Amino acid sequence: MIKRLFSYAGEYKKYVFLAPLFVILETAGELALPLLIAKIIDDGIMMGNLPVIYRIGVYMLIMAVAAVFLGAFGAKFGSYGSVGIGANLRKAEFDNISRFSFADIDYFSSASLVTRLTNDVTNVQNFTMMMIRMLWRVLTQIVVSLIVLFSMQWKLALILVAAIPVIGAAIAVLMIKCHPLFELMQKKIDELNEKVQENLIGIRVVKAFVREDYEEEKFQNANDAFTHAGLKAVLTIVLQQPIMMMGITIVTGLVLYFGGHMVLGGTLAVGTLSSIVTYIFNILISIMMIAMVLLQYVRASACVERIFEVIDKEPSIEDGEDAASELPAPAGRVEFRHVNFKYKAEGSGDDVLHDINFVAQPGQTVAIVGGTGVGKSSLVNLIPRFYDVTGGEVLLDGVDVRDYPVDELRHRIGMVLQNNVLFSGTIRENLLWGDPNATEEQMVQAAKDAQAYDFIMSFPDGFDTHMEQGGVNVSGGQKQRLCIARAMLRKPAVLILDDSTSAVDSATEAAIRESFKKNLKDTTVILIAQRISSVQSADQILVLDEGTIAGHGTHDELMKSNAIYQEIYWSQQEGVSE
Amino acid sequence: MAENKQKFEKPAEGPGGMRGGFGKPKDLKATALRTFSYLTKRPVMLAAALISVILSSLSAVAGTYAMRPIINGLTDAVKSGSNVFPALGKGILLMSLVYTLMAATAYLQANLMAQLAQKGCNQLRKDLFNKLQDLPLSYFDQHPHGQLMSRFTNDADNVQLALEQSVVQLLSSAISFVATIVMMIYLSPLLFIVTAVVLALILLTFKKLGGMSQREYRKQQAALGAVNGAVQENIEGLKVVKAFTHEDATKVEFEVLNENYRVAASKATTYSMMMMPISAQLTNVGYAITAVLGGVLSVVSGFDVGGLVSFLSYSKQISMPVNQISMQMTTVLAAMAGAERIFEVMDAEPEIDEGKVTLVQAHWDENHNLCEGREPAGRQEHWAWKVPESGGFRLVDLRGDVRFNDVCFGYVPNKEVLHHISVYAKPGQKIAFVGSTGAGKTTITNLINRFYEIQSGTITYDGIDVKDIEKDSLRHSLGAVLQDTHLFTGTVMDNIRYGRLDATDEECIAAAKAANAHSFIRRLPDGYQTMVTGDGGNLSQGQRQLLAIARAAVADPPVMVLDEATSSIDTRTEALISKGMDTLMENRTVFVIAHRLSTIRNANAIAVIEAGKIIEKGSHQELLDQKGRYYQLYTGQFQLS
Repeated sequence: MIKRLFSYAGEYKKYVFLAPLFVILETAGELALPLLIAKIIDDGIMMGNLPVIYRIGVYMLIMAVAAVFLGAFGAKFGSYGSVGIGANLRKAEFDNISRFSFADIDYFSSASLVTRLTNDVTNVQNFTMMMIRMLWRVLTQIVVSLIVLFSMQWKLALILVAAIPVIGAAIAVLMIKCHPLFELMQKKIDELNEKVQENLIGIRVVKAFVREDYEEEKFQNANDAFTHAGLKAVLTIVLQQPIMMMGITIVTGLVLYFGGHMVLGGTLAVGTLSSIVTYIFNILISIMMIAMVLLQYVRASACVERIFEVIDKEPSIEDGEDAASELPAPAGRVEFRHVNFKYKAEGSGDDVLHDINFVAQPGQTVAIVGGTGVGKSSLVNLIPRFYDVTGGEVLLDGVDVRDYPVDELRHRIGMVLQNNVLFSGTIRENLLWGDPNATEEQMVQAAKDAQAYDFIMSFPDGFDTHMEQGGVNVSGGQKQRLCIARAMLRKPAVLILDDSTSAVDSATEAAIRESFKKNLKDTTVILIAQRISSVQSADQILVLDEGTIAGHGTHDELMKSNAIYQEIYWSQQEGVSE
Repeated sequence: MAENKQKFEKPAEGPGGMRGGFGKPKDLKATALRTFSYLTKRPVMLAAALISVILSSLSAVAGTYAMRPIINGLTDAVKSGSNVFPALGKGILLMSLVYTLMAATAYLQANLMAQLAQKGCNQLRKDLFNKLQDLPLSYFDQHPHGQLMSRFTNDADNVQLALEQSVVQLLSSAISFVATIVMMIYLSPLLFIVTAVVLALILLTFKKLGGMSQREYRKQQAALGAVNGAVQENIEGLKVVKAFTHEDATKVEFEVLNENYRVAASKATTYSMMMMPISAQLTNVGYAITAVLGGVLSVVSGFDVGGLVSFLSYSKQISMPVNQISMQMTTVLAAMAGAERIFEVMDAEPEIDEGKVTLVQAHWDENHNLCEGREPAGRQEHWAWKVPESGGFRLVDLRGDVRFNDVCFGYVPNKEVLHHISVYAKPGQKIAFVGSTGAGKTTITNLINRFYEIQSGTITYDGIDVKDIEKDSLRHSLGAVLQDTHLFTGTVMDNIRYGRLDATDEECIAAAKAANAHSFIRRLPDGYQTMVTGDGGNLSQGQRQLLAIARAAVADPPVMVLDEATSSIDTRTEALISKGMDTLMENRTVFVIAHRLSTIRNANAIAVIEAGKIIEKGSHQELLDQKGRYYQLYTGQFQLS
């Protein structure tokens, strides 16, 4: 996993290599100091030799000053390397998400994708920084210190070598015990936050139903669970410190004792002994640092996994296999043949759509009416392959939509979704989404056709009016008209309107319908609507009920034969008829 | 050794502890004291923890000094050629004991502080959450959810972290710092001058780098905000991006922002990352100079080798508390700023609730007198208002008679949105409000359940001023389907049951059938056991409204408020629901707000609201006969916006 992580260094590879190099040099220089101090004590002070002291002193000073710069640049390279990896990860994720199908987005959920692109990457970035700097520093400390120790006095070094596995094992056990505890704690804190979030969003409901006490109890349960899990984890992890310190104390005591006798026996110099103690201390502290890095690794690895999950997710909707073979010229004939569909193919729920059959001829207008949640949006989402059918087939101009290259398919389709989204940027930029190469006249025409021109021009900046994120600075009806203009600019073979004039008043809607007739003669229009007035003039009307087609025909036919359609009609006409 | 405390926080913004942008507390002292009061609830534990801190920091300093007699004994033995040093074992034992004491006290301190902090913050979160439940809606209007949310996610976390680690580390670092300096001066005042110069250099570097880092950090945060904003927008709008095959253009835009952030973050991180190695290596420079000077002193004036070894250890250790303090100070300040924000919420004015009238179960006895308590036969639930009077109380039958008398209201002072509203609903009547968006329809219904306080006029409920009714009782008597339906994490069944916690599964299903929600629920992946997540994000707006109606139906209240309850439901479903609702509305007073006039035709009274005023009032037929605004609306001459 680490290897894979660092493979994202890309153009910042040089930093990722230079940083450890500088860190190793810095640490090595630092580690030479106790060795030189031993010389000052043993060859200088004990012998009363001042020139030796000065000479070694100059070496030490040079090394220490060099280490200042090595350290500073090591930090710089480490930062550039890890931040660079973070940037590349973000890009890789974003690129892959762009390939996702709607089902893939649902699979992760938008909120989770946002976290994976933001927080997770930041965490990994911080961890990488630590890996680059701390881990290399610690490893150098251990290796260099061990070498120096063995060359100074191997017998004393053996005491340490014997102690390392014991201390290492103790820490390892602790870490293994802690890992699930920290995971649990993280889960509990997520649950806690979720409770708060929900409470805040639904505060009106809470108050309206007088559920404050119930909510407080719910929260306190989550709060206690979090504290309980947190304490368990923290109280385990704090054991690490006394274990380490006792290890250090025992090893140091033994080394001083045996080393002291060696000094007395004349086989070891005093200065060397004091340096040995320093090195041993360094090594043991480094082992503790490794434990810390491991702990962070465990935390970061969860983030890394979540990121790779996004990067590795194969989009469930790929270009058709026969994608390259010649495709018919766009005409706009849409056909549903025995289409079945449900969102979770393996779920226990019923089909959302069942045995749907109909043909929309080029240039026809097909309207879909039906109650809330009967599957109207699901049906139209199958045409541009936002989802794939679970049975039967959807054909565009005689070819199964799954055999088209996805881009080509969607280029032939203009879509106004139920949840319209405009992006931050100017109105012009938003409209040009429909066709980036459209001329100014074409754009103005589309705006006029969608009855959006007048209100756009009423803004001081006209088409250059800046839209806030989510298009919050225009009204719902204006937003819908902009979205229609955007889709019309595409000059698609098939135009799909999913309940997209609900906030537009009847007169304006009629005007939009009129311009469809005039300017989109050859375009097949598939529209979902609530108002009978919106669908009355359609060539065919599909009445959807509980996922099946319960009626199919023109307005007049359905008025004669279809009970559901009549009900819908009368539920809207009652007032006027009196 | 004392600096090696385990850390379990989320990775901080930088090892330099640069957390700019968190702001500094306005009143540090008051906030610190109040935060501290969450620890002093366990005084014995706290005292034990503090004593442990002091002991462990002092023993760490003492442990280093314990090397001196050992090294000196050995040096003397070697110099005198005696080769015996009987006190060696004793010296080592003493040193080991000091370190053992340090280990024990350090553990004790960490353990106790963890408990104190976790339990204290549990209480802090509890207080905060419970306070939130008591705040009036106007507070939530003025404070975005994200902001209140971060009181829990950021601020409370920071406080906990600071209490658990930083506070203790500040204290222990300060003690170590002073004790180490005392020991150094005691060992050699001359050598200490070198250390003092190095310390000054380190502080200078911190100041300089800290300043630069903070400046860059601000730029980094701005760039990060842009990246996160783009991520949010594009992922939420991903379906549109895909519908327009706009993926490549989006990628390019994102790449630019990503690169901007990379450049800013690299710089900011570099500065904060540099602080540690630079201070460590500057310490080493001091260490080297001290070694040379100490050596010379030793040769020339007989400074003892043991003393030199101890001094050298101290001079290596001295930068640790300095690093710690600089690191922990930012954490503590951030935590205190967070604590201050938490306390601000806690100190906000709660909902006014001085009402004494309560809702009680009641029944009529043989003599047609109203008595408290369930009817012995328990046939039907009946409710009454219990109005306290001097020397007792009287019971008022709950009938659902709601009157607005000349009510004026504004969400903020001096900005009235409702002007002199007078409406009355007799028990069992259906009152409808019609008008454009923003005319004030929703506001009127918000006043019935006292979500907001009126500025003048009165609202009475069965003849009692709603201000005199206990809020919980008032709201218990009202059912509401609000404009924004909100669902909670849990199953569909749980969400319906939210209306009445002791409702059985059968009652919930019956309510769902009445609201016409049953057929779509059946087709959800797991039927009634389908999990609703993220405020019902997996359901359509219409489905959410159906659930909200079922939720209100199961509550079975005497008075109902339906606010745009059916706006996203198709007309046919709405017609079906309204049939179910009609039975539910029997013997109930109902306030309805709807865009569709067909749904309110059978209301007893219809009020047409415009710009906060009732411009027309009457029955459907009366209003049609008036040929006013309602007539225009009804005949389609006028479109509501």
